[in-house]
Amino acid sequence: MSVERLFHAPATPAELLIRGAHMLDPRSGLDAPGDVLVRDGAIAEIGAPGALPAPDGADVVEGEGLHLFPAFFDPHVHLRTPGQEHKETLATGTASAAAGGYCGIVAMPNTAPTLDSAPLLGALRDQAAREARVPVGFMPAITRGLVGTDLTEMAELRDAGALGFTDDGRPVVAAGMLRRALQYQRLCGGLLALHEEDPSLSGHGVMHEGAVSARLGMAGIPSISESTMVARDSALAAYEQGRVHFQHLSCVESVDALAAWKAAGAQVSGEASPHHLTLTDEAVLSLDSRFKMNPPLRTEADRQALIAGLRDGTIECIATDHAPHARHEKEVPFEEAPMGVTGLETAFPVLYTDLVLPGVLSLPLVVERMTAGAALLDLPTPTIAVDQPANLVLLDLEASWEVGARGYVSKSANSCFEGRTLRGVVRLTVAAGATVHRAEASTEALA
Amino acid sequence: MTAVDGSHRTDVMRHLLSIDDLDRAGIERILDRAASFAEVAGREIKKVPALRGRTVVNLFYEASTRTSSSFELAAKRLSADVVSIRAATSSVTKGESLKDTVQTLTAYDPAAIVIRSPHAGAAQLVARWTDAAVVNAGDGKHEHPTQALLDVYTLRRRLGALDGKRIWIVGDVLHSRVARSDILAFARMGAEVTVSGPPTLIPRGIEALGCSVAPTLDQLAEADVVYVLRMQNERMNEAYVPSLREYATRYQVNAARLRPHQLLMHPGPVNRGVELSADAIDSPQALIAQQVEAGVVVRMAVLYELLAGTNAAPALEAAPEAVAAA
Repeated sequence: MSVERLFHAPATPAELLIRGAHMLDPRSGLDAPGDVLVRDGAIAEIGAPGALPAPDGADVVEGEGLHLFPAFFDPHVHLRTPGQEHKETLATGTASAAAGGYCGIVAMPNTAPTLDSAPLLGALRDQAAREARVPVGFMPAITRGLVGTDLTEMAELRDAGALGFTDDGRPVVAAGMLRRALQYQRLCGGLLALHEEDPSLSGHGVMHEGAVSARLGMAGIPSISESTMVARDSALAAYEQGRVHFQHLSCVESVDALAAWKAAGAQVSGEASPHHLTLTDEAVLSLDSRFKMNPPLRTEADRQALIAGLRDGTIECIATDHAPHARHEKEVPFEEAPMGVTGLETAFPVLYTDLVLPGVLSLPLVVERMTAGAALLDLPTPTIAVDQPANLVLLDLEASWEVGARGYVSKSANSCFEGRTLRGVVRLTVAAGATVHRAEASTEALA
Repeated sequence: MTAVDGSHRTDVMRHLLSIDDLDRAGIERILDRAASFAEVAGREIKKVPALRGRTVVNLFYEASTRTSSSFELAAKRLSADVVSIRAATSSVTKGESLKDTVQTLTAYDPAAIVIRSPHAGAAQLVARWTDAAVVNAGDGKHEHPTQALLDVYTLRRRLGALDGKRIWIVGDVLHSRVARSDILAFARMGAEVTVSGPPTLIPRGIEALGCSVAPTLDQLAEADVVYVLRMQNERMNEAYVPSLREYATRYQVNAARLRPHQLLMHPGPVNRGVELSADAIDSPQALIAQQVEAGVVVRMAVLYELLAGTNAAPALEAAPEAVAAA
């Protein structure tokens, strides 16, 4: 134990009293108004509303009418560092996470150069220790340069702080290569997170293959390009008794494959993104490149399958796949645009507005799934309990805001929810015991 | 932005980006005007002064002979000043983005920008960046609305109306913007559209456009019109068909497959001996030359609709009465 795997800039531990907010922690069953006292960055006391006196020098936050959750954890973001700092940096990406209510995020390795060696991981750790607003972990590549032919030095990378491994953005095409990684996992541990796509089926596809791609004349990415790989890699994981996690699931066939292999005892898990849970390929009729990402938005039946999978636990967690791109890179014809959308600042509000408010998913379930990514990576789950480090998000669920109207904290603006009015404003985020984001009610709420 | 589902249709058309920008009445209005321009085309002096002093920019990012030349001629016959830009000879090849190019051209205050691009949605983007009227002259494999209009024009001249007519579109539907615009336009004009070709070249879900799918030409005899698409050589390399020989055996439209009552169309250029046999091309049923001829007057009517159609008193002294009355 005790290899450090999350890194952040030094911050003053919070001395904080949050008074009278409605506390909700789905795992402990906590669901009541109360006071939470944070001392030296840890939860010191939980009491009835108004019961806890404010210690000298403590920051007092009136929480009445607001909700307090364990802060969110995102196992899948792109911080574009090193190499593409014009899209995002460790500083801006983690600030965006703080604004979205996150206490931890995990950066993907498809950087320039690829994060595939311990020295580069060491440099990123150092940079995170200077710049990261919220704790950030790193998943180096499974294969060197993400090209699928040679394993990275996984054991050395684990010793250097790797949370797990992924070739995200690309599949591990050769089954034999993934099998080697699974065998090596027995030596060094670390989750293998997989972007599932059979390139012989997805080809030059730019959107979901179906009626909308037929209408638009754009090359399609069929659902089976993902689901056949989910099934294949589940079989490999079961055979090697390894553990794999399927990133950004997008279609009904993948959810079915995941459920079947779980039932068969394979150690497999899955994540879904807010955009796949709330949008369909109909959005691409606008030809707006903000709706271009990989995997693509699929049909209403696929969206419903993801919701059902999230509800019944087939899909363990929500991950944004936050993928910033500069404006000029996205302001090109759809087929030319890079894949990816931002997501950290909109994840909870869009799920709350589109799924919780209409009664599709319960609020405790959404909060649980937005924090569950930590446990998949063998990290402590954010929780509201005495003696735990303070990882808290305080939200105004009555307030609304227009996405993009006041810009973004992220360096990039490629949100697929731009212009939407969403319910749920993050008032305060506490991550690893420090206050990392704070917004005043008067400046954020719209009429 | 213009919706591609047609829900944003208005009486005043600002751009022609998709056939969905037009309802049936709009198509008929444009084609009636095209018919009146056809009379002008029969005169010794073929110009009308409708767009005198206005600038039309043709921005072509793909090689094109008939579309670019007919747009150029259409604009000139309306007395517009015409600037034609081809990607191969412009700063486009130096890496200038579409947005930068459009902003540069906007400095000339064009009344219209006609754009051909290898990418779906390029015309929509241009419309977002300029005050000029934008005409989609083909965007990727998405749409080619003026081709569909000239196809409807050609058929209306021959058949009167398309209502109830059976039109088969044969060949590489997957890669054809012409097919997509034609399916929409023919269906909007009341025809029953069937697409037929190798299953590898029929896009999954195409029925949603309002057509049916036939995997073979066995029932081709039921068609009133056979519209044959170009079969490109590179499709073989991508393994869509095993060989052009096998393709031709199954899907070539030739004298043996064509019935005497059927009309034959093709958007050009034709691969003789592949999708069409020489005897079919040269048969009196073929409307291929009429399609090309229709291109100029239909594009004149489109430019007129966008640029002069909303004027209260358009300058039409040289145009026939039908235009002034429209």
